[in-house]
Amino acid sequence: MANLKPIAAGPIREFDLEKDSLRELNQFLHSAATSHCQIQVRNPNGAHSIACGLNSELDVRIFGHVGYYAAGMNKLATVTIEGNAGPGVAENMMSGQVHVKGFASTAAGASAHGGLLVIDGDASLRCGISLKGADIVVGGSVGSFSAFMAQAGRIVICGDAEDALGDSLYEAVIYVRGKVASLGADARFEPMTEADFDTLRQLLKSAGLEYEASDFKRVASAKKMYHWHADANQEY
Amino acid sequence: MTHPTMEESAGFDRLTIDYIQRAAASGLYEIRGLGAKRRVPNFDDLLFLAASLSRYPLEGYRERCSTKTVLGTRFASRPIELAIPITIAGMSFGALSARVKDALGRAATELGTSTTTGDGGMTSEERNSSKTLVYQCLPSRYGFNPDDVRRADAIEIVIGQGAKPGGGGMLLGQKVNPRVARMRTLPEGVDQRSASRHPDWTGPDDLVIKIKELREITDWRTPIYVKVGATRVFNDVKLAVHAGADVVVVDGMQGGTAATQSVFIEHVGIPTLAALRQAVDALDDLNMRGRVQLVISGGIRSGADVAKALAMGADAVAMGQGVLIALGCNSDTYVSNGQHISALKDYSELGTAPGFCHHCHTGKCPVGVTTQDSTLELRLDPAVGAKRLKNYLQTVNMELSTIARACGKQDVHHLEKEDLVALTVESAAMAGVPLAGTAWIPGGSIT
Ligand SMILES: Cc1cc2nc3c(=O)[nH]c(=O)nc-3n(C[C@H](O)[C@H](O)[C@H](O)COP(=O)(O)O)c2cc1C
Ligand code: SF4
Repeated sequence: MANLKPIAAGPIREFDLEKDSLRELNQFLHSAATSHCQIQVRNPNGAHSIACGLNSELDVRIFGHVGYYAAGMNKLATVTIEGNAGPGVAENMMSGQVHVKGFASTAAGASAHGGLLVIDGDASLRCGISLKGADIVVGGSVGSFSAFMAQAGRIVICGDAEDALGDSLYEAVIYVRGKVASLGADARFEPMTEADFDTLRQLLKSAGLEYEASDFKRVASAKKMYHWHADANQEY
Repeated sequence: MTHPTMEESAGFDRLTIDYIQRAAASGLYEIRGLGAKRRVPNFDDLLFLAASLSRYPLEGYRERCSTKTVLGTRFASRPIELAIPITIAGMSFGALSARVKDALGRAATELGTSTTTGDGGMTSEERNSSKTLVYQCLPSRYGFNPDDVRRADAIEIVIGQGAKPGGGGMLLGQKVNPRVARMRTLPEGVDQRSASRHPDWTGPDDLVIKIKELREITDWRTPIYVKVGATRVFNDVKLAVHAGADVVVVDGMQGGTAATQSVFIEHVGIPTLAALRQAVDALDDLNMRGRVQLVISGGIRSGADVAKALAMGADAVAMGQGVLIALGCNSDTYVSNGQHISALKDYSELGTAPGFCHHCHTGKCPVGVTTQDSTLELRLDPAVGAKRLKNYLQTVNMELSTIARACGKQDVHHLEKEDLVALTVESAAMAGVPLAGTAWIPGGSIT
């Protein structure tokens, strides 16, 4: 179990999406909610865009499965999903924490600039695509094209990675524990440094995972596609 | 001088020979800025039938002719209200300097129109100087963040651009200075290729959900535009409307860019004229004319172009290259301390000359418009640029209302297709208006 920010003690405000509308929930989260209460969402039933665009230190717990873009563009808030998440969970997150206790669909953490996304289970295709500085820790495995064009940030994969891991990477770094089906264009394995071990241990700890850092390999950009010249692979 | 007996090949003319020789020497395709240089049917091929006996004109200088334009009335609680139907198209900070962005904002604000961010995020300069700012959500998502989403007046989801439909962005390393790099989360000096597909959605069904997410984030206040490069426009516009767009922006193949492969610029996409007709047909087919607004761009230069676009069914136009040219692009001189200073040597060092330059990709713009170089960018004084741009757009707007009055319209949005005829068979077929002097509309619509 991840030991993310402890849930604040205090009053609970409950929304039931079988009775309350998504609009009411999000409007409340955007304007009326305060950090003094915990917001609980019951019966999400796969609804899209739950708790997106949060902009303060809220504590939101969702009991059930969510659709697309849960906690999209999150800033400052802590969002916990006691279930599976659809595509684009925590997309473009700026800060805060998002914790998926089940599995995540495609494009988890896409283009996220900051904060921490933890997925206890597996993540599907394109996990961490276009990543711009956030940290993602996946307890299970990731699908193909994960970390595609990832620019900054770190992705920890405790299971395996499908094809084309890290294709067209910029400065993001991937730590992977299991098998890698194949690396993408311009991605390469690199030796782990002491700094990598420290970073990795700290990320595993924040996600509440107890794997040995020494079991992980580092994948980063070979930087051969950084400049456009005749001998470079012409993948422009 | 060419000897009369020397015959140049039509297929392998000097330009083609030069292209083959350069490719053979370098092994690289050409990258360049601005738009298509080849001639394609365009608004010049249409003419207005103004008022005479069967129609009644308005007095050119006295009677009111409204140019007010409202965009985003479908779902957003705060539609955009513009004083004129001429807007400034999305051009990235990175392609343009922050000073130019500032100038665009000042001119747009003075005229009561909107300006647009671009690939590379929103600068404080343009937010501060633009009363109405459209914030682009591009595949790259460079600098995209919820604070800017919330302070935008509209959001434009960019699917593609007319100059390069299906292609991603490109910013060569010499333009990736420290500020640009920081805003895009990239290493300085890297030749940046940005994605051609959005990272978190893949098809029209996903787009429905993406648009709803942006609506939820903005509490349904902010209009959402969808911009497509002109290819299969009829279908794309219908899909964008189904996806929930308030406004659809269609960018024809002549549309400018800051940098892309020239093979793309000249050979991909359809002309603005044909694109506009298809877009209007699509809205009509869905019975959505007036509920979803249509913005057209790609090669718009003058009040005549705008009037023809409106008559064909657009609600507004967006301009890129015209805006740059008003600021001094392709001019012999730039203005410094009130003096005109020759830039000829700088053009020549780029291997070009005023009137021919398309070197925005190099970052060495001789007149300081498309550069990140700290010396070159000083060649564009934001106050001077804003004044020139305001003059230009004001002229275009006056030309537009002059034509509308002559056609007997009290509102430029009352211009209609019935006011137009075509000069050529091609333009008649593409625009769906009769060949001048006949009742013949060649071809058929694709509905
Ligand atoms: C210098 C320059 C930069 C541009 N940058 C962007 C961009 O960042 N995003 C975008 O959607 N379109 C971009 N465009 C395309 C314009 O938004 C617009 O579609 C086009 O310029 C319209 O055609 P016109 O230039 O013939 O008026 C750019 C165009 C130019 C000339
Ligand atoms: S003058 Fe500047 S803006 Fe104009 S085409 Fe040349 S480089 Fe581009």
